[in-house]
Amino acid sequence: MNTPDPRRPYVRPMAGWWRRNPFFVEYMVHEATAFFVAAYALVLLVGLLRLAQGEVAWNGWQEALRSPWSVAFHGVLLAAMCYHSWTWFRIMPKTMPPLAVRGKRVAPGVITACGVAAAVVCSLVALVLAWGATR
Amino acid sequence: MKPINRRSNAPVFWGLFGAGGMLAALFGPVLVFITGIAVPLVLILPADAMSWPRMQAFAQHWAGKGLLFVVVALFMWHAMHRILHSLHDLGVHAGTALKFACYGLALLVTMTAAWILVAVGF
Repeated sequence: MNTPDPRRPYVRPMAGWWRRNPFFVEYMVHEATAFFVAAYALVLLVGLLRLAQGEVAWNGWQEALRSPWSVAFHGVLLAAMCYHSWTWFRIMPKTMPPLAVRGKRVAPGVITACGVAAAVVCSLVALVLAWGATR
Repeated sequence: MKPINRRSNAPVFWGLFGAGGMLAALFGPVLVFITGIAVPLVLILPADAMSWPRMQAFAQHWAGKGLLFVVVALFMWHAMHRILHSLHDLGVHAGTALKFACYGLALLVTMTAAWILVAVGF
């Protein structure tokens, strides 16, 4: 047991495989946006908890969100979310079933552009709704 | 030959991942901007945009309740599925223990959110 193999067969090292190729570095970076999506879900969960605990608890949470650290953190979250959004739609031509319009395959660039456009529309609609509901 | 009568549970998690990813791609940036930047810095929206009475009413309305639940739960399912598979890519064995840890955390967040939203009242 535990004696080194006398043949010393070559085993291709896998450690750090993704750092050897810019394509895989980008893959890991866009996968890492998941940490920020999870962080935002947890921020909202804490907010929900504070909401249920009453007005004082809620105001404390709102005060915490006004701290410079929180605003800076949300700036990072916003950048990560935007990157998630962009990469999500960039990959979509590969992750969705082939889409054909009048017998012609829709080009990958068109699918990505439609996705990004949908995100922009959704963002504007959400902002207008929030503005209309709170003014 | 043994008949294959066991269905894989993968499509369920894949579906939650996809739905959460799509929701985050469409609404993630604007939600972060509203709750984390615009309201705290009083940009575009008024200072009392997320006051307690308003958010209380929002969380008590069935639509607001559903929206909050879907965002928190699906964001978490999306993120934990992605983290699980990225850890696998980094050489961590995606066995039963890691799956329980990742999906378990997502389930915990989902159930906590549901419990809070019920506790907030209707």
